[in-house]
Parts: sequence; structure tokens; C-alpha cells
Amino acid sequence: MMEDQLYRESLLEIYRNPTNRGEITKPDLEAKLVNPLCGDEIRIQIELATSKSQIASRQIRRAVFSGNGCAISQASASLLAESIQGNKLSDVNKLRGNDILKLIGMNPSPSRIGCALLSLEVLMEALGKVKS
Amino acid sequence: MRQVAIKQKTILDTEKIRKDFPILRREIHGKPLIYFDNAATSQKPKQVINAISNYYSRYNANVHRGVHKLSEEATQMYEGARKKAADFVNAGDSRQIVFTRNATEAINLVAYSWGRKNIKKGDEVLLTQMEHHSNLVPWQILAKEVSAKLKFIPINESGELRVHSSELGKYITSKTKLVALTHVSNVLGTINPVKQVIEKIKNLDSRIKILVDGAQAVPHMPVSIQNIKPDFYVFTGHKMLGPTGIGVLYAKKEILEEMEPFLGGGEMILEVDWEKSSWNYVPWKFEAGTPDVAGAIGLGAAADYLNSLGMKNVREHEKESTAYALEKLSAVKDLMVYGPKDPEKRGGVISFNVVKNGQVAIHPHDLASILDTEGIAVRSGQHCAQPLMKVLGIPAAARVSFYIYNTKDEIDKLIPAIEKAKRIFKL
Repeated sequence: MMEDQLYRESLLEIYRNPTNRGEITKPDLEAKLVNPLCGDEIRIQIELATSKSQIASRQIRRAVFSGNGCAISQASASLLAESIQGNKLSDVNKLRGNDILKLIGMNPSPSRIGCALLSLEVLMEALGKVKS
Repeated sequence: MRQVAIKQKTILDTEKIRKDFPILRREIHGKPLIYFDNAATSQKPKQVINAISNYYSRYNANVHRGVHKLSEEATQMYEGARKKAADFVNAGDSRQIVFTRNATEAINLVAYSWGRKNIKKGDEVLLTQMEHHSNLVPWQILAKEVSAKLKFIPINESGELRVHSSELGKYITSKTKLVALTHVSNVLGTINPVKQVIEKIKNLDSRIKILVDGAQAVPHMPVSIQNIKPDFYVFTGHKMLGPTGIGVLYAKKEILEEMEPFLGGGEMILEVDWEKSSWNYVPWKFEAGTPDVAGAIGLGAAADYLNSLGMKNVREHEKESTAYALEKLSAVKDLMVYGPKDPEKRGGVISFNVVKNGQVAIHPHDLASILDTEGIAVRSGQHCAQPLMKVLGIPAAARVSFYIYNTKDEIDKLIPAIEKAKRIFKL
């Protein structure tokens, strides 16, 4: 049944008790976006490992999210933050929408796909600031 | 035990009405469609669909141009639709009816053509806290352009406007040039006493112009513009069984005659020279280019359909549906309903949230997705009223809205669907 796909218990468990929810006082990278359709709001903050190498090859020491919204947007932000811990920025930059859908293990309807991908947009916005 | 179907006596013959709406035969996720998103757009009866199809298959031609038979027929039907629209809201002279794309465009037309000429630096436009973005953003654009100021009439705890004479006086100043307010709130359902508000404002200062947004009122209750006496009144076709793409601006003839055109082009001109042109008579001055002929004809057919039911009956049916739904919803644990509690004071719109410990416990998008799996279409989100959501202190809300084809049986099915969402979310 569709709702079982959409609202698997494991996803709801993450929504109720999300990992990586929090704030970093002095983040190296951060971004916040609001989905105007539903008012969902996600902020992602990243602290990088200290290193002299070029920024693209630097590692994420810690990534956290904050905000509010529906179960899909919040659980996907939590899972995304989890998946990028310790990764190189250049690898994180390669993440695409399909990777997020695999991560959350669902295929939302067209009207809900924005909920699932909001956190990726926020992450890319944060990474975009690296180049500038 | 033998099941005996007892046919309940209702104001409208919903069983008969439902047969006119082909879409109501659809199944959604294997369940019969329960369409509760009528405040967003209504479904269309075959009478409207056929009227549009007939225009294209029998007498399609441009209007006001040709002298040939088809053009004459199309023009007659298009102008006939204008008369039907005028009569539907008892607007008097149908030359006071301008066809637009929708209610939003009608408001933008007023802001652009009337507002830019009459609202100056330091002037004030008075709105309310319950306006749809369509009756807020055009005024923001205008206010920014001419350095005018926007003010807002607040709402009370039950979602009604604070419009007692003593309070209105606080918001009306010598700088107030326009008051723009909604007739019925698309979020709270509140029916504003627009006739009384207009009387009070005109008593304070008769020069102030008043615009009423009737997008949520005209489809659902008898509206008489000659009784309400606004300067401008707007509504849209697609929420009243008509097609998308056709809306209506009513304005007093003397105001329309003084207004500059909105868009330039064909149809809106009288004489054109290389350097300058003179404008056509109202309302055609405001209808540049080929209009939505099919849309207007569809709107006319929608007005005919609603007239055949009687708008008083439509209102009674919705009042009964709303009272019934409010009663059913009040029995659901942890459910917060927004807006007036008295069905007399509200249209068929109910916004609500599942709330636990003062917090929205199921995001309305999640709730709407789960209701969708039961075939129930509801709106979720901010309903194009972000500032109002802030006043209510919520991120978003779910909304059901009723129309002529909705039944108590459908409302009954809403309750277990909400309970199912609560089970999934372990509430």
C-alpha cells in the first residue's frame, strides 16, 4: 500500500528522533532555504576538518541540520547529514536527487518530491558558497 | 440484518447533481474520489464542458471583428456571458463587468490602472490580516512604486475582523485612499460583513474607494453588488464551476471611464494613429487582444447551472455541510480547527491541524498525503496566506472546502482517514 511506502516506520522513527539535528556556533559553511509551497524550512551547517589542502578536498568534520517541516523533509535532512559526515567536499558535490531518494528509500509523488529534495538543495547552496 | 437505505432529505439533490460531474466517477488509489479542495478550484459539470466544446466545434471565431455569421454568433455569446456574469452578482449595467484572466489579474488591473493614478506618496492602503496573497502583493508593488503605506485590520481570536465603528476609525485616516478586503477568507472561512464595513468607511470618508475580493464568496452564496455597494469587486470563474482563465472585475462605470487602460493592443482602441490612440469604451478599453471567448462562454454556462440550483440553496447546503463537518471534527481528539465556530459566520472552508502539546503533530502535507491514499483531496500548506499563518502561529494547515456535490457520507469518511494518519504517526 502506498502509505506504507511513503511513511515507512523506519522513516517516521527518524522523523521523531532525528540524528544530526543541532546547531554549530561557528560553521565553515551554512545555508537555509524555505519551500514556499509548504513553509518547510531547513538549515544545514557544516564544520570542516582543519587542513591546508584546497577547500574542495577538505573533509566534513560535522554536518547538522535544523528547521521544521513535514516528515519527509525532516527525515531526509537527517539522513543526508548522516551520509556526508567525514566525506570530502568534492565527493559531496556529486550528490544528486536520485542519491537522496535511495537514501530515504522511497519514491514520493511529484507533489512531494520537493519535500524530499529540499535538504539537498540547501546542501548545494552551502557548497556553492565554497566556490565564490 | 437487512440494510435499509434511508435517503436523507437534503436541500440540494446531490445525487442528481453528482451525475453532471464526469470527474466524480474517478477512483483515486482504488477509492472513490472525495473532492474537498473546492476553495482551490471547483469541478466542472458537463453543461460547462459542453458549452466550451460547442463553441469550438460549432461557432468558433474571433469576437467584435468579423461581419460573418460565426463572428456574430461568437460575439453574441461572449457579450451574453458578460450579461450573465453581471446578473449573477446583481451588478446592474453589464458594461461595468471587465473580463480578466482571474481574480488576481482583476486586482492587479485596479492596482495598475486606478492605483498608479490615484495613490500618491504618503497615502495609505488599508488591507486586512486575512488577505490572500493576490490581495496583498499587488498593493505591496504599488506601495513600493509610489511610496505609499500599507495598513492591516487585525483579526480576533475567532478569526473575525475587528471592524466595530470605533476600531475602524483607528485605521482610517485622512491619508486612506483605498480599502481592499476579502468577502470570505480562503483560510478561516470567515464571512466578512462587507456591506456594513463599506457603509462605515463611506460614513467616515466618502472619497475612500473600496475593493472586495469575492473569489471565495460568489461561488458559494447569493451576492448582490448593488446591495453591498463596493467600488470594485472581483471574482473568478474556475471556483464557480467555470473554466480556468476567466475572471471578472466589476467597477462602477464612472470609475472605469476615468481609469487609464491596463494593457495596450487590439480591441481596446477607438482610433489609432502612428503617435497616439484613443481608447475604446468601457469595458472593452480594458480587454486588449483576443479575449478568452471560450472561458467567458463557460463562465456563462456555470452561472446558468448555479442559477438553476438557486444560490440560496447552495449557501444552505454548504452551511449544513460545514456545521456537520465542524461537529464531526470537534469529536476528533487533538484536532485544532481555525476560524469562527458559528456556521452562520463562515463559508464552507475549514482549516485544521492535528495538534499535540500546542505543537502541530502531523505536518499538513503528511496529513494530506495520507488522506490522498483514501481518495480524499484536501489542500495543505499556507494557502497563499503566509502572513496569516504567522498571526495564527502555525507553519501551515490542512483545509477541507465543500461544494454542491459533497455529501455527509463523504464527510463521514474524512474522520477515519484522519484517525488513520494519527495511527501512522503513533498519536
